[in-house]
Amino acid sequence: MSMSMPAMKTEATAAALPSNAHAAPVVTMMPKRAPRTETYARMAREAAVRVVPPVIVIALLLVIWELICRRAGSTLPPPSRVFKDTKELIFDPFFDRGGIDKGLFWHLSASLQRVALGYSLAAVAGIALGTLVGQSVWAMRGLDPLFQVLRTIPPLAWLPLSLAAFRDGQPSAIFVIFITSIWPIIINTAVGIRNIPQDYRNVAAVVQLNPLEFFTKIMIPAAAPYMFTGLRIGIGLSWLAIVAAEMLIGGVGIGFFIWDAWNSSHISEIILALFYVGIIGFVLDRLIAGLGKVVTRGTVAN
Amino acid sequence: MQAYLKLDHIDKTFTRGSATTEVLKEINLTIDKGEYVSIIGHSGCGKSTLLNIVAGLTGTTNGCVLLENREVNSPGPDRAVVFQNHSLLPWLTVYENVKLGVDKVFAKTKTRAERDAWVMHNLNLVQMAHARDKRPNEISGGMKQRVGIARALAMEPKVLLLDEPFGALDALTRAHLQDSVMALHQKLGNTILMITHDVDEAVLLSDRIVMMTNGPSARIGEVLEVPLARPRKRLELAANSSYLKCRQRVLEFLYERHRFVEAA
Repeated sequence: MSMSMPAMKTEATAAALPSNAHAAPVVTMMPKRAPRTETYARMAREAAVRVVPPVIVIALLLVIWELICRRAGSTLPPPSRVFKDTKELIFDPFFDRGGIDKGLFWHLSASLQRVALGYSLAAVAGIALGTLVGQSVWAMRGLDPLFQVLRTIPPLAWLPLSLAAFRDGQPSAIFVIFITSIWPIIINTAVGIRNIPQDYRNVAAVVQLNPLEFFTKIMIPAAAPYMFTGLRIGIGLSWLAIVAAEMLIGGVGIGFFIWDAWNSSHISEIILALFYVGIIGFVLDRLIAGLGKVVTRGTVAN
Repeated sequence: MQAYLKLDHIDKTFTRGSATTEVLKEINLTIDKGEYVSIIGHSGCGKSTLLNIVAGLTGTTNGCVLLENREVNSPGPDRAVVFQNHSLLPWLTVYENVKLGVDKVFAKTKTRAERDAWVMHNLNLVQMAHARDKRPNEISGGMKQRVGIARALAMEPKVLLLDEPFGALDALTRAHLQDSVMALHQKLGNTILMITHDVDEAVLLSDRIVMMTNGPSARIGEVLEVPLARPRKRLELAANSSYLKCRQRVLEFLYERHRFVEAA
């Protein structure tokens, strides 16, 4: 109060007060900025700790590869040759000269579309079947032996049969993705449902949730960590299967691109394609893992 | 006078393969409205089974449970349970955990705003309103149990079933929570059936203590009236002669006449 009294009386002090008030925030800004740069520095250090080791390892491997494959008569190209041969493919992934003469983007997106379709079907059917098997003892007794046998069949062994059934490459490839990725989803979902603590079931019983509410409010969240384990294995398997399946069915797709490159002895293109396949497989895995992390937030840590 | 809750000639036999075990034999008990009854016994005597039977989570082999003269044999919000290990759903917040029951029980009788206010009212009763947006793994064991009590109270049960509600807590938290439950019972006048293995807890909280013999074929050995006026104060009771007499009586039952043989 005593401070504001003179400010009201004379203009001079009134003008002096705001400038004082201005000075104050400037002073407080200083200590605020210092820790911020510190946190940036710490973040940079943490990033460096993560990034530097793999960069060194990759650089080393490239050097070794270069040294080994540089000799005359080497069957595989060194990294420098790979880069020179595939420069066009790397820098122009979007060209389309009709037929199968397309940029890598189109091949990869064709493969990803097949995976997206087959995997989505597998996720829906797998979670439904897994819930059934996890919830019902009779369904488990009836279906589990069947699942255990079917899941050991290699993906490509299904391809001739599905070609015979669908008489077309596209649905056959999607079916192979589906049948490959569904088993881990079914089995993990079933384990998750079976492991729902009796306490949660008791809570649901006392509150009198109906079966649908029990499914959405208790079962799905309680089993979600297991489901995502299955979904993650599934996406990995489906990416494995698509490359092999596309080699056989032909058309547009990264698998056929690799096979075609082999037939035309473009070894560098194969290496580039493998690099992309690896990166995309990694991204798909991280994507499902990240989704799982968001969805199961709070469920895992109990 | 008609009994509010009546356990009528209850037998319970578990069958596993060809082996059958008789857990409970000829349990008869009537509980009046507003009464606080504890069931005490050694572990394995089937007292939790008995509570599950009243809750409807376990069926009886013979006999039945009558609530206001109507047989109850399936679980329902009229017999809300506070579980021993809180059993909060870890993916829901404190508020959502309580809301789950409220939304079902008052789906038709309360509007959305009323239900929200009712959830908060019950969280306030157990002094947990401040943690409404926390998840169970972010709060302490005692707090979780408070939320468990709020969830049960919010269903407006005719009988509140407490299954060793303070068993998993440390001694200080336990005493604190016992006082809270006593205050709630005083304020709301609930009918409460509590399972416990703690003699002091039973005497402090109950109007009557039901002492069970050891299993198999456990039965009600003795029922003790606790003639202590409410509200009861923990510190004052420590020197109260009828408190000590009751305590003595239960201890004698448990440790002299029905010693737990396997524990020796």
